[in-house]
Amino acid sequence: MILSRYQPETGPPPPPAPTLPDGPGEVASGSAAPTAEAPRVASDDSVVMAHGGGGQLTDQLIHQHILPRLGNPTLSLLGDSAVLPPSFNDRVALTIDSYVVQPWRFPGGDVGRIAVCGTVNDLSVTGATPRGIALGIVVSEGFSLRDLDRVLASVAGAAAEADVDVVAGDTKVVDYHDPPEIMLTTAGVGYRPFSYRPMLDRVHPGDKLLINGPVGDHGLAVMLARELPEMQVALRSDAAPLNHLIARCLSRTHEGVVFMRDATRGGLAGVTADIAQSTGLHVVLDESAIPIRPAARHAADLLGLDPLEIANEGKLVMIARPAAVDTLLMEMDGYGGDPWERPRVIGEITDIRDGLCELITTLGGRRILQKPYGEELPRIC
Amino acid sequence: MTSLAQPVARQPVIEHMHTVAGQIGRHVQFMEVCGTHTMSAFRCGLHGLLPKNVTLLSGPGCPVCVTAQGDIDLMIDLAQRPGVTMCTYGDMMRVPGSRGSLEAARSAGADVRVIYSALDAVRIAEENGDHHPVVLAAIGFETTAPTAAAAVLRAHQQGLDNFSLLACLKLVVPAMTSVLTLRGRSRRGVEGFLCPGHVSAIIGSEAFRPVADEYGVPCVVGGFEPTLMSQAVVALLEQVRDGRHDLENLYPEVVTPAGNRIAQRWIDEVFEPVVTRWRGLGTIPESGLAIRKAYSGYDARRVFELHPVVAPEPDGCRCGEVIAGLVRPDQCRLFGERCNPTRPIGPCMVSGEGTCQAWFKYGRANAPKPSCQSVTPPETDGP
Repeated sequence: MILSRYQPETGPPPPPAPTLPDGPGEVASGSAAPTAEAPRVASDDSVVMAHGGGGQLTDQLIHQHILPRLGNPTLSLLGDSAVLPPSFNDRVALTIDSYVVQPWRFPGGDVGRIAVCGTVNDLSVTGATPRGIALGIVVSEGFSLRDLDRVLASVAGAAAEADVDVVAGDTKVVDYHDPPEIMLTTAGVGYRPFSYRPMLDRVHPGDKLLINGPVGDHGLAVMLARELPEMQVALRSDAAPLNHLIARCLSRTHEGVVFMRDATRGGLAGVTADIAQSTGLHVVLDESAIPIRPAARHAADLLGLDPLEIANEGKLVMIARPAAVDTLLMEMDGYGGDPWERPRVIGEITDIRDGLCELITTLGGRRILQKPYGEELPRIC
Repeated sequence: MTSLAQPVARQPVIEHMHTVAGQIGRHVQFMEVCGTHTMSAFRCGLHGLLPKNVTLLSGPGCPVCVTAQGDIDLMIDLAQRPGVTMCTYGDMMRVPGSRGSLEAARSAGADVRVIYSALDAVRIAEENGDHHPVVLAAIGFETTAPTAAAAVLRAHQQGLDNFSLLACLKLVVPAMTSVLTLRGRSRRGVEGFLCPGHVSAIIGSEAFRPVADEYGVPCVVGGFEPTLMSQAVVALLEQVRDGRHDLENLYPEVVTPAGNRIAQRWIDEVFEPVVTRWRGLGTIPESGLAIRKAYSGYDARRVFELHPVVAPEPDGCRCGEVIAGLVRPDQCRLFGERCNPTRPIGPCMVSGEGTCQAWFKYGRANAPKPSCQSVTPPETDGP
């Protein structure tokens, strides 16, 4: 059903929104198989097909579950499209991504949080300021409404952190029950000042690679929650909106910021191999400078995976001019206490033209970093 | 950070390695027999740091790679039988059999489950109920054998009738001596073993004593961290330099001389050593583990009346010779173009611990230009 087709006068006045027991990202453990046992009939506590049918139940879903959490002046108009204010000299950035994660809730976040962070970050790394998000929800019949509320609260929490509104939306209910039970699609629109050009064609030999914190936490936290739920590991997803951090950096020196990419699927290796391949330049990374938490290193060892190839949801790889590095490191270092969260210089662009990314290992050896081949299979022993 | 384009100073352990290698003054060749050592060596760039006259070969250490083609076919055939649930470890899924793989069988409707622990299979058997047989395809070395034994013991304890185990388990020491015999015929032998840290934790370092004493080949048990591996190579070099052939344990925080007696007792309770077929090494006496008669009700080979199959390896695939350290992966004409991690033909390209995949990912196939002084491939004698 299309959220914006709702006509306010047809339904009963919405009752007050139920208060949520859980705040966004407040999930203690990803170990629970979230709602596999949820009853599929009782519409009081779970999603039924009629929730997507465009009738009264749909109205109820909008007014009792969605608007109390995501409501804002634009969304609450429930128009056919969200109309955003103009921004004359800026360019418009548009992005879309779908989020399917099993389990939908994991230590440090859930599908709602990564759906907002992922799209906000995709806009931000192109230099754009996110202005609005459209949210598509596809949910299985039988998914508990309480869990749906949790996901919506996560969306709201992450959107508030990023200071961006969900301005349009849509919900569909499907009758297949195999995991994943909930899928989100977020499209984002943002404005980029004309003078900002974080683009690969500006990359020169001598430029430095920066990262804003430790890699591998997100993918490993999700993988452990899925594959070895009985294991107690102190790893949490790093899912976070990067737009404020990027805005601070760009406002100090947008000339010094050459290129940015968030290291999601494919991990740090995927991004750096891509940079090398696209620029045709030789990229060198220093393994001893790349922050990897001991817990992430051990989890990766256990699963036989390389932490550099693991997905992140809050890690920014930035290429910067050497003169701007100190300023940028200072701007990125806004998160206090945890020494692992400090931003670092992890590599540089050299003038060799072979399009390869090379890692200098802690032992002083060298190896090529390539994009991972797709699904990494955990090993045997 | 100073410029990364410049050569990096050698660590002391590497410096020492070069000194000792220089004192030997001729080519020496060592072998590691553990998939984790294979990966660790490639990931830390150890091969590129070795002195020119030192080669570190990867031997039969990857569980998936040493599994005979016939056993893989048995697994796939069994998985395709109606009503059977086949449980296996993740990297077994894509290994090509004579006809398809477990992954292909699954997409065609077979019930194949990826498990992380042998006990998961017992749990699935409990949940499945009596009429749905659950088979655990148990591959690997002494590291996976104890949990496979524990699975059989658990099923026995709970009186499960629908659980059975397809034992394709292997023993490391017979493979090492077999490599020595095989390579004895080639131009250059293996002059030392970097013994596997994980397996040694189970069987104990003393298990390698016969290799050192009777075959006169230095054995050093080593850890997996780059520095620990380098130290083990140095210890092997020192033995060669001094003309010794000792057993050294450089991983004492994990490996004891006697090993894990409980795990050994489990293995001994459920399994007995039998002659078995290896990919690349052929049939080796007392090198595999079969289920003892007392537990024959849990032996998939008996339950399903399976007969050993000898299946031909994929056309042109030289994984067997790679495992034995007789050829380099890039000497196989399938390597890279036709056989790669996206479309693997042989098991050494499927497994994350396989020598071919390590070569493809980190080795010569994508080695940088000489200006970056990197990843020198191991020199082996040619075919």
